[in-house]
Amino acid sequence: MPDRHSLGPDSEEVGPLVRPYIMTLGRQRSDTVQLDMISVVIAARADVDEMSLEPEQVSILELCRRPLSVAEVSAHLDVPVAVVKVLLSDLIGRGYVLARAPYTTQSPVSRDILQAVLDGIQRL
Amino acid sequence: MASNDSDRGAEPIPSAIKILIAGGFGAGKTTLVGSVSEISPLSTEELMTEASLDVDDTSGVEQKTTTTVALDFGRITINDDLVLYLFGTPGQQRFWFMWDELALGSLGAVVLADTRRLETCFPSVDFFERRSIPFIVAVNCFDGAHRYESDEVREALSISSGVPVVLCDARMRESGKEVLLTLVQHVAAAVSATV
Repeated sequence: MPDRHSLGPDSEEVGPLVRPYIMTLGRQRSDTVQLDMISVVIAARADVDEMSLEPEQVSILELCRRPLSVAEVSAHLDVPVAVVKVLLSDLIGRGYVLARAPYTTQSPVSRDILQAVLDGIQRL
Repeated sequence: MASNDSDRGAEPIPSAIKILIAGGFGAGKTTLVGSVSEISPLSTEELMTEASLDVDDTSGVEQKTTTTVALDFGRITINDDLVLYLFGTPGQQRFWFMWDELALGSLGAVVLADTRRLETCFPSVDFFERRSIPFIVAVNCFDGAHRYESDEVREALSISSGVPVVLCDARMRESGKEVLLTLVQHVAAAVSATV
């Protein structure tokens, strides 16, 4: 008969390697929502069915009571960005989180934005 | 009472924009981020598999997940609608695949130069030149290092006269602010020139 106690330490050992993929059920990239490292996310609802969520997703909802970038969520949870994106895209799909895409400068950035950035840095 | 469907209603979500801080290992990237960021620099990691999905199958995944790239970054709140993130680019050349995602949509870049090892910032200069990403060179003046004039640095890096070269002390907030202001002004000038 397998000794359950002997399994404990073993799974602890492999934990850091396998854990991210267990959290996302093996998925490495979300199919539906395109999230950037600096997409800003915020928790959207109070009526959340926490029992249906991964513990990390519950933590994400707590972190995102104020607007945070995907990179910040990743840093605070100590979970790689790629995994956070998948966890977040589930939450977005369920309406629990709202996301705003970053400004992209593939087209020239507007003068208003540049002026705002200059003013913001000046105020530091 | 009606159920509270959305607690966020009209509250605006800020949008974000980013500036890259590049340069060789030990040039002071994290120091610069730390001196201007409103938060202590955070570090996040990106899985290697993110960039190698097409060659993935389940075997060997465990090994690949152990390869991660640490990214240091800081944050500056510009206003209610805009947040600026500063990302230090990974210095090691084997992590260059990360740069493309980092560079995508960035406002511009600061290449931090250490005059004691100037050659370590050549690859960064090449990277931004090839992709036409606006950048400036900031010479981090380390204690005890020989002081070069900005023109000497410009010549050594063979960058065009249009690229600003500034001297800085990455440890000082005022100096870090000047570096960022120079970059944003440089970007603004480039935008004006194309309109």
